[in-house]
Amino acid sequence: MSKFRKKSGKGLQAINTSSLPDIVFMLLFFFMVATTMRETEVQVKVKVPEATEVKKLEKKSLVSYIYIGRPVAHVARMYGTEPLIQLNDKLVSDENIPYETIQDFVLFEREKLPEADKNKMVMSMRIDEEISMGKVDDVKQALRRAKSLIINYSARKEYREQGRQR
Amino acid sequence: MARTTPEVNGGSLADIAFLLLIFFLVTTTMDIDTGITRLLPPEPDPEQEDVEVKVNKRNVLVVLLNRSDLLMVGGDVMDRLALKDRTIEFFTNPQGREDLPVMEDTEVQFPPGSSSLLPPDGMWRGKVSKGVISLQNDRSTTYGKYLQVQNELVAAVNTLRNDFCNLYFDKDYDDLNTANPIEEEIQVGIRKIYKMNISETDPKNIGGRN
Repeated sequence: MSKFRKKSGKGLQAINTSSLPDIVFMLLFFFMVATTMRETEVQVKVKVPEATEVKKLEKKSLVSYIYIGRPVAHVARMYGTEPLIQLNDKLVSDENIPYETIQDFVLFEREKLPEADKNKMVMSMRIDEEISMGKVDDVKQALRRAKSLIINYSARKEYREQGRQR
Repeated sequence: MARTTPEVNGGSLADIAFLLLIFFLVTTTMDIDTGITRLLPPEPDPEQEDVEVKVNKRNVLVVLLNRSDLLMVGGDVMDRLALKDRTIEFFTNPQGREDLPVMEDTEVQFPPGSSSLLPPDGMWRGKVSKGVISLQNDRSTTYGKYLQVQNELVAAVNTLRNDFCNLYFDKDYDDLNTANPIEEEIQVGIRKIYKMNISETDPKNIGGRN
């Protein structure tokens, strides 16, 4: 018994924290590698639908985003609750479908790409599942007119049981 | 005068690292973008006149989504989950039925010696469907439902491609490495056999106005 008493006799021993910075740095590097910078603040609520046939978007530099959804609370105070379109980080406040705005947006984004990749631009459509197709069709028509033909319907991966699939 | 360098106090190193860590946690996102990639049809030339394209009726499967999100396939109201099998049947026409698409004799070149099921020159000879799926939706259709239907159609074609790839090359279609020229040629070949023939008509209102 005296063996145990000896140790606890002198009060609490300080924990050695000299390796704490190493641990935290390791965490830091993990997050730096595994995540990407948040580029835009999404001002519309988007809950993308689920699908089974989704693929990863390969080259982030070729991708531009089009969001369609109902505005979030602090934006709704200014623009109302009707569905809005957001192009990358710019909110389109026009009531009608602004063909020119979308066309300008496509041209502007295309200009940023190197010459060889200009026709490989991908439009990622992040659209809320509750939105009606009218608005989506209008945007698609505008994209056709702007000759930006590769689109990606953003969707979450859905896992189905094998029995239901076949 | 031997001067020793004073030891640097490392006690605050952890605090600095924590600060950086929290900064990265807040400013970055982890989500990977996933989705279904599709190609829009190019805009028609304004000078080009509308020509009535004569398409054999049996080669077209009309998939209609109306304003109440009801699905109609080739004249029958159908559940979404049955659409995939229907599409596969449409694209393969296994019984050679008269009301399903014409199967055309086609030759597709694969890399020689890539499969034991192909002749030594790598030429695949078989029948390729001339079928086209025409997807139509109303302006009031919800987007979620529309994408589910798109998903089933893409799933059907992917299944056909995958089955073919497994049978001939003992590999999943998705596992083909496009950086490898031989596997890329295989992929191009399979795409010729099972085309993603899904056409979307110009938007219009189906069944009354909204």
